[in-house]
Amino acid sequence: MKPVISEHETTHPLSLARYIAGFVGCVVLTLAAYLLVTRSSWSAWAIVATLSVLAVVQFIVQMVLFLHVTEERGSHWKLATMWLMLGVVLILVGGSVWIMNNMNYRMTPEQMDNYLRSQDSL
Amino acid sequence: MSEASTTLDIHQIEARATEKTTFGFWVYLMTDCVLFAGLFATYVVLRGNTFGGPSGAELFKLPYVLIETMALLTSSFTCGMAMLAAQRRDRTQVLAWLAVTFLLGLTFLGMELSEFRNMVLEGNSWRRSGFLSGYFTLVGTHGLHITFGLIWMAVTSVFTIKKGLTESMRKRLTLLSLFWHFLDVIWIFIFTIVYLFGAKGI
Amino acid sequence: MFASLLGRLSWSQLPQDAITRGGAASIVLGALGIVVLITVLGRWKWLWKEWLTSQDPKKIGVMYIVVAVVMLLRGAGDALLMRTQQAAAAGASHGILDSYHFQQIVSAHGTIMIFFVAMGLMFGLINLVLPLQIGARDVAFPFLNATSFWLFFSGMALVNLSLVIGDFSAAGWLAYPPLSELKYSPTVGVDYWIWALQIAGVGSMLSGINFLVTIIKMRAPGMTFMKLPMFVWSVMASMVLVAFAFPILTVTLALLALDRTLGMHFFTAGSGGNAMMYVNLIWAWGHPEVYILVLPAFGIYSEIVATFARKKLFGYASMVWAIWAIVFLSFTVWLHHFFTMGAGANVNAFFGIMTGIIGIPTGVKIFNWLFTMYRGRISFKSPMLWFMGFVVIFTIGGVMGVLMSVPAIDYQVHNSLFLVAHFHMMIVGGVVFGYFAGITYWFPKIFGFRLHDGLGKLAFWFWGTGFVLAFMPLYILGLMGATRRLDHYDASLGWQPLFIVAGIGACLVGVGIALQLLQLVVSIWQRDQRRDLTGDPWNGRTLEWSVPSPAPAYNFTTIPVITERDQFWADKQSGKKPVKRYEDILLPKNSGASVFIAGFAFVFGFGMIWHIYWLAILAILSLVTTIIVRACNDEPEYILTAKEVEKMDHALARRKEQYV
Repeated sequence: MKPVISEHETTHPLSLARYIAGFVGCVVLTLAAYLLVTRSSWSAWAIVATLSVLAVVQFIVQMVLFLHVTEERGSHWKLATMWLMLGVVLILVGGSVWIMNNMNYRMTPEQMDNYLRSQDSL
Repeated sequence: MSEASTTLDIHQIEARATEKTTFGFWVYLMTDCVLFAGLFATYVVLRGNTFGGPSGAELFKLPYVLIETMALLTSSFTCGMAMLAAQRRDRTQVLAWLAVTFLLGLTFLGMELSEFRNMVLEGNSWRRSGFLSGYFTLVGTHGLHITFGLIWMAVTSVFTIKKGLTESMRKRLTLLSLFWHFLDVIWIFIFTIVYLFGAKGI
Repeated sequence: MFASLLGRLSWSQLPQDAITRGGAASIVLGALGIVVLITVLGRWKWLWKEWLTSQDPKKIGVMYIVVAVVMLLRGAGDALLMRTQQAAAAGASHGILDSYHFQQIVSAHGTIMIFFVAMGLMFGLINLVLPLQIGARDVAFPFLNATSFWLFFSGMALVNLSLVIGDFSAAGWLAYPPLSELKYSPTVGVDYWIWALQIAGVGSMLSGINFLVTIIKMRAPGMTFMKLPMFVWSVMASMVLVAFAFPILTVTLALLALDRTLGMHFFTAGSGGNAMMYVNLIWAWGHPEVYILVLPAFGIYSEIVATFARKKLFGYASMVWAIWAIVFLSFTVWLHHFFTMGAGANVNAFFGIMTGIIGIPTGVKIFNWLFTMYRGRISFKSPMLWFMGFVVIFTIGGVMGVLMSVPAIDYQVHNSLFLVAHFHMMIVGGVVFGYFAGITYWFPKIFGFRLHDGLGKLAFWFWGTGFVLAFMPLYILGLMGATRRLDHYDASLGWQPLFIVAGIGACLVGVGIALQLLQLVVSIWQRDQRRDLTGDPWNGRTLEWSVPSPAPAYNFTTIPVITERDQFWADKQSGKKPVKRYEDILLPKNSGASVFIAGFAFVFGFGMIWHIYWLAILAILSLVTTIIVRACNDEPEYILTAKEVEKMDHALARRKEQYV
């Protein structure tokens, strides 16, 4: 069938190359994360940092190559709402973790006990 | 709609409708991301609350989850192939790629349900602890989205067979593919934060 | 066997005592009364065709406001009961209500006022005005819009059904665990609360997306963002908050439901639950929610002050900046609702500082309104009075808020009546007064005649005086140590006189509400005396005043082209006449699918509440089927030909001549 792209289409033509690149990239990133956890003896914090980076990179790869967040004519609105979403997500997750860690620490009797004892010895 | 005797430019109206709908659906996906963020925040806060029961390190079988992950990732790719076929107006290819996507998605869902079932049968259900409540709800909500996606895929395939690749059908396929890709984006974080970190006791 | 099919339903769930029977009777008789009235007038078909299946946002807006006003009566009734109880129940007297009923009334009052009165008035006014102000014919997704309204209606129906069968939550308007968990609230009350809000919340979220896309994608040609009316800016900001904050509510309600229904342990006291996480999540939604409510009210004040001071709004750019500053900051302050829950100084200090900062953009706005009034030629119609009442009340309540932003001070007054006075001044003084002003202002555009202004002013004075009398004593009581939600207190505390004053204030507010209803009745009766013949009864500045009143279904015969801010005002000043060009118009067909979707949602909620799971599953399947059937519909729109538009336009002009 002849490819017919009407002049009213708001998207740039999709390309096979981008999908393949995205797929291969994601497989690599996924395997890398998996192998780091199952086959390496890195410390917990090294793993957290590296896996976070790998996840963010894969996020970007999928957003750009699968979800076309940068390609289309109306894409500045898609990007704007995406940044808004990321802001809210970071505040919600980050803020909740900060707040709850803080509260759990202070509202848990045994830990408070140990903490106060450790303060006494200073 | 009847094109006879109207001054309205139907094509332009349809194109603008597609633009509006696609953007609106994108905004919905962003709100769904915030919904998952709430579930992630809850999971992270409760992940240590095993109440004497098993933690992720004891429960998660990473090789199995890797296969699941690859199935979903591949289905995201095949969904992209379906969209390429739609751009070429090739209805048969669209349906073929959608069928592959559906099967891969079904595989993912089946593997996940099996994992859940095993955990429940071993006594590690969502009633066991805060950690498990968080786990089942976060991963289960993703699975529920996958289920809706599969139903939507089936219905869309039937519509495509009956109506062909009209502008309206292609718009619906675009929305479906956005939804399906988005589910894999969420899975990146579930895989990392729940399974990989969990397996390491982080 | 039959019993298990009906879950937790049983005859004993019907009201058992005088008070609950009274409540149930009011709902049943009220609903019955409406049904009988419509039947006697033979208006079912008309109602279905013209209103219930309509996708015209003007009609949907009217329906939102009607529901909100009915719920205002219920919420106000709750308030009067609460005030009476607290004025009477000192020492030996135990007032008119027992504890359990009092707590249900407290919870119902807050839930109804926020979710069904304030949100209802807000979405109603947005529906009425937004498309007109941006030069559009409709919202982006008309079917979704109708569905949002009906989901809102379903939520409202569930809350009211709780008066007839079962009971309502007694856990406050936010149902904190562990009290709201199954162990301490074993009845259906909290479940009614959860599902009513979950269903209405989905409607709200869909509206947020709908109105946001409308503003971004459907503005008239030439209407760039810095030419938008201030109400549109404020709606855009509010809808961004709706879209990004409501999912948090959805999650939190769902987690509580999972705890109660599937035995999960998110917030339980034990088994690894963490009740503090609920408070954290619910306020992460809750704080943006109050800005969701107040921002459109701010937008209304901007329109009203500019119109009634006959002067363009002072500091347009700074107003826009202030709105977006508020949007950003509203996501960074939520912990101030639980300073006392146990976080350390660092956490409390951060959120305290952010809370202090968020007062600044609001202050900027108030000053801009006052500067707009300065050297204006002010017309003191009732919308202007509502605005001025807002300035006084909101400022007092606002500075009390800044006071409480200091965690050390908040420790003294948290959850006391001091707090209660503060937030009522913000919500009533800010949100409710704004929506009342907006209804008065835009009423002629929708109905073709103005409201009786004298009665409106009288109603304002009763509202304003009553409100101040009802809430200023509460600051004092709070500082004296009175906590919130008390149904009885020791006579030796010396609180009773203040509670009595507050009770008198509440009665005055009740008179104010009665006067508003009277205003409506009188205005309808005397509508010929106050016909809006020009479409522009207030000498307005924005596009909605350029179309006839009542606005026709298609809004504009020709979509206007915009070259500057307040285009309509500029055209009036330059004497430019509107170009009349008739063209074919595409409008959405009516659809009953919205009603059915919401109806199935209601049944689903009912099934979940009463543990009638087969019913819930059936309802969900029906809901999904309805959506699929609707998706099959290839021709959801019809064409209004240019000839028909011309006929309708001429008919409107001829009707005007009838009244001259």
